[in-house]
Amino acid sequence: MGQITLQDVQKSFGPVHIIKGADLDIADGSFVVFVGPSGCGKTTLLRLIAGLEDVSGGKILIDGKNVVDTPPAKRGLSMVFQSYALYPHMSVRGNIGFGLKMAGLPKDEINRKVEAAAATLNLTPYLDRKPRELSGGQRQRVAIGRAIVREPKAFLFDEPLSNLDAALRVQMRIEVTRLQKQLGTTAIYVTHDQVEAMTMADKIVVLNGGKIEQYGSPLELYERPANLFVTGESALQRGAATIGVRPEHLRIEREGAGGWQGTISVAEHLGSDTFLYVDAGPLGMLTARYIGELSLHAGDRVSLVPDPQRIHRFDDGGNALRG
Amino acid sequence: MATRQTQLLARSLLTPAVGLLFIWMIVPLALTIYFSTLHYSLLDPGSEEFVGLENFRYFLTDPAFLASLQNTLVLVGSVLALTILLGIPLALLLDQPVIGRNFVRLMVIAPFFVMPTVSALVWKNLLMHPVSGLFAWLAKLVGLTPVDWFNDVPLFSVILIVAWQWLPFATLILLTALQSLDEEQKEAAEMDGASAVSTFIYITLPHLARPITVVILIETIFLLTVFAEIFVTTGGGPGLQTTNIAFLIYSQALIQFDVGSASAGGLVAVVIANIVAFFLVRIVGRNLEA
Repeated sequence: MGQITLQDVQKSFGPVHIIKGADLDIADGSFVVFVGPSGCGKTTLLRLIAGLEDVSGGKILIDGKNVVDTPPAKRGLSMVFQSYALYPHMSVRGNIGFGLKMAGLPKDEINRKVEAAAATLNLTPYLDRKPRELSGGQRQRVAIGRAIVREPKAFLFDEPLSNLDAALRVQMRIEVTRLQKQLGTTAIYVTHDQVEAMTMADKIVVLNGGKIEQYGSPLELYERPANLFVTGESALQRGAATIGVRPEHLRIEREGAGGWQGTISVAEHLGSDTFLYVDAGPLGMLTARYIGELSLHAGDRVSLVPDPQRIHRFDDGGNALRG
Repeated sequence: MATRQTQLLARSLLTPAVGLLFIWMIVPLALTIYFSTLHYSLLDPGSEEFVGLENFRYFLTDPAFLASLQNTLVLVGSVLALTILLGIPLALLLDQPVIGRNFVRLMVIAPFFVMPTVSALVWKNLLMHPVSGLFAWLAKLVGLTPVDWFNDVPLFSVILIVAWQWLPFATLILLTALQSLDEEQKEAAEMDGASAVSTFIYITLPHLARPITVVILIETIFLLTVFAEIFVTTGGGPGLQTTNIAFLIYSQALIQFDVGSASAGGLVAVVIANIVAFFLVRIVGRNLEA
């Protein structure tokens, strides 16, 4: 079981309020991603749940029990750090088994569990190596192994893939998601990468300025962004002050076909997609996305026609207008 | 140094400095070797004559030699043990966030800036003096007989003074190492349920292995040649109880005016230092490999 509930959780460092009252209900077994710009408090919120920081107010319930005064190790959570935080002088076996050793488990049981975890993560050939003898992806796997071996109620991930190269990041993204589904353990995952958020999450929590802006499934956030910030967060989007349109919902037409007129300042040809960054004069810069190749280049004049069904309207405060 | 020209340029620019250093080193060494083969007494000028290895035989068979070798090793070993065993807890304390931490650090480092002669005089006259010293006053305060430090436990007294001087160095090196310990590693250990003691044993101490090695190697170099503290406090005595190799060489040259024998002693000291260094590097040097 790993149901985590936050009730008006607050955190301030001196006069600075980092978390301004967070309420959240994380169902057992779900994969929740905290996403937001740097400094939005997502890592702080994760550390509060982990117990590495003390809350300034509010409650954190794990399976219905308030844990704000419980030390980290007793909360039954395990954490994967951004730097992996492997113990450099211990072998892979020692790293994965350290938590079990501290819990006072007998040696043969530790060995059995460590080897099972290593087998799950394809680490068996490296069990006797030191972390410095491993590649980035392998170190990442050791950090995950250290987390799963303790059979925690929930995993906490703090931007775990940000130190990997792009190809490895995609691979580990899939592996982490698969592993989480296979184990059925609750996971909280902090990232600033929208793609990771969209692809890995059951539910996304969008944080901004220490507040939870929106909580919902990836597609809910995509279809009905609660405010301008969420739009900006979920897709490359430039809009006028009060309406937003996603790049893929702008039809690209010859100049004069209605819609918004502008000059292409940059065209990105990815083969599968074409992104146009259009200088629309008083409207500012607009981004349009075309599926497939489009032979337009910088300096060409175009019209951008929004899909009327998919225009998001926002009030002056940036909050969505419904209906 | 990618191309042949830059290599040539680099070498020609380095040559004067390297050459000067070489001359600086080789002239005294050559003279010492030369003197060590002479019968050369300052009391009997003009009578220098070649005597082969006679000076070495004289120095090595002197009963004072073995005694002073033993004193040297005890001194080095004890000071190393004291500075590291006290330096680690001190560094751990100074790593804690306390009010006025910078001032406390400065105070802890201060003894390192005091000249050996001055600190030895302070210890001798203000602290350890059997009549007017602070320790004597403290002992009398609780009704004990004051200890006559330099007569009753001379070598231990010297060890205490030298350890006091070198403790800041060890503390400083260990403190900087502690500050470079990854905070996330400690947090990971915390998540893994490690207590403060377990974190120290399994995370902090292994992290300190390398700086401890550095402290041992650097301190050994200087502790083999401790002289001023002995000269100021005990003068090598009582008897030979606080005479180390460095002091023995001094007494050969400037008390007995025997330059030849002192030179031989100096060369013996070089050999001993190399033997010690060899074993040290074998024992602790592997910690330095990345």
